[in-house]
Amino acid sequence: MNSAADIVFDEATKTYPGSVRPALDALSLTVPAGEICVLLGSSGCGKTTALTLVNRLTELTGGDIRIDGTSIREQDVIALRRGIGYVIQQAGLFPHLTIAQNIATVPQVLGWPKPRIEDRVRELLELVGLPHGEYGDRYPAQLSGGQQQRVGIARALAADPPIMLMDEPFGALDPVTREHMQDEFLRLHAQVRKTTLFVSHDIDEAVRMGDRIAVLAEGGKLLQYDTPERILHAPADDYVARFVGTDRGLKALTLRRLSDLTLEPYAGGANGTALRADDSLRTALSALLAAGADRLPVTDADGHPVGTVTVDLIREAA
Amino acid sequence: MHTFLDCFAFMAGHFGLLLDRTIDHLLLSAAAVALALVLALPLGVWLGHRGRGSFLTVSVSNIGRALPSLALIAIFLGLLGIGFVNVMTALVVMAVPPALTHAYLSVEQIDRDVVRAARGMGLTERQILTRIELPLALPVLFTGIRIAAVYVISSATLAAVAGGGGLGDIILNQVSYGLSGVIAAALWVAALALAADALFGMLGTRIARGRYGGGR
Ligand SMILES: Nc1ncnc2c1ncn2[C@@H]1O[C@H](COP(=O)(O)OP(=O)(O)O)[C@@H](O)[C@H]1O
Ligand SMILES: [Mg+2]
Repeated sequence: MNSAADIVFDEATKTYPGSVRPALDALSLTVPAGEICVLLGSSGCGKTTALTLVNRLTELTGGDIRIDGTSIREQDVIALRRGIGYVIQQAGLFPHLTIAQNIATVPQVLGWPKPRIEDRVRELLELVGLPHGEYGDRYPAQLSGGQQQRVGIARALAADPPIMLMDEPFGALDPVTREHMQDEFLRLHAQVRKTTLFVSHDIDEAVRMGDRIAVLAEGGKLLQYDTPERILHAPADDYVARFVGTDRGLKALTLRRLSDLTLEPYAGGANGTALRADDSLRTALSALLAAGADRLPVTDADGHPVGTVTVDLIREAA
Repeated sequence: MHTFLDCFAFMAGHFGLLLDRTIDHLLLSAAAVALALVLALPLGVWLGHRGRGSFLTVSVSNIGRALPSLALIAIFLGLLGIGFVNVMTALVVMAVPPALTHAYLSVEQIDRDVVRAARGMGLTERQILTRIELPLALPVLFTGIRIAAVYVISSATLAAVAGGGGLGDIILNQVSYGLSGVIAAALWVAALALAADALFGMLGTRIARGRYGGGR
């Protein structure tokens, strides 16, 4: 199976039976192969609808969606779904099956030979950081929320689908675990490069996760589809500006790292206050303010000095 | 008190008779329960799978609850006349509501996210039913079977009215067996119902426990 495919929404529209207004109104956008697109918006603006139109848990009432150029309407719905990983908020693990059996479900119904399934389960558990020996035979109830969501992701990846749909996958986790899982998923995504549609109502998560962000509003209307930088620096209208928040200037700083800047030459400085080159500009600014300084030394991961950052440098970069 | 003790003497003296009637009683009950399950389980499970039919099971089970079982049988026999088929029908009608309600609930109560995930990953409706829903439904399903069995065993006594045999033969025939015989047979019916309750209860918990790996 190919490792990624692009997804094209072409005036995709859904009006639920008994409702006059569409839940998703003529959505048109393209998610390039291998990228993460975050569908961002407040509750009820059609994010889940947009997502489930792709795997046809919800059927289109207008327009079309194409995966690698083929309309989803033309594909057998079961085959279509088996080629799409699907991750939901509470993981939706099968409580009566072990972790290994949960992950093996799609390969099993696809009729893979047993040894291949076993190898795949082992590989995936390794990939999401849950060693098979320790976790394979456990039941979902014996795992923490974060661990369950890892299994949910492994299960979605089982048959190596080119596409992943993730509906607020980390929404039920505590903030610390959530941030950790976001990092883990980004690391994992860098390895597997699945085209990913990711639903979120959290601007910080969207900025972290998305290569692109689609901002949706009430009635399923697309307000802006752009990179996180553009959404933060040039919101399309007042609604988007309000949604991304008055601190969007600070949020934008999370997108850049010190290593992206041309730093001033290293000139020594207080030990222990040094920043690392892979720190974000937001972290750097925070450290500068906390230290009451207008310049701080920067080192690489091994502690070797690489330069000096100043408040002015950050202002220019923002 | 005297007759109460006498009934144990009766049990000892007529053990063969009691055993014979017990077998009749159980065969009749088993047939009625089996028939009721064949009718109720597929329908209930299907309705649960489709997420429809709550109205139906609620109303059916309310009818079942509102009409005391013996009265139900009496109405039946009054309307249709006494006869084996009619007694059997009455027993089946009594067993269907709990079996149907529980079959429906057993599937309907399953976490919707679990089913949504199954459908979203490309399981067919049949695979969702056999791999996911039925295993998760079994404990509640068993509760329904258990209640149906207890209802039927306690009411099958009435079969004697229609010449259906069973322990009711003794209970309804004080002339031949005396008060101690009537009490003895009644105790046996109660014991059978309790035993069935315990048996299905045990099977149910075994099924529930065998898998899950502890509570949720
Ligand atoms: N199955 C459904 N039937 C009818 N209306 C629905 C259904 N699912 C969602 N809706 C409606 O469609 C709108 C968008 O819902 P949804 O896509 O779930 O939004 P979000 O995921 O952004 O919170 C809401 O107004 C919701 O009430
Ligand atoms: Mg939603």
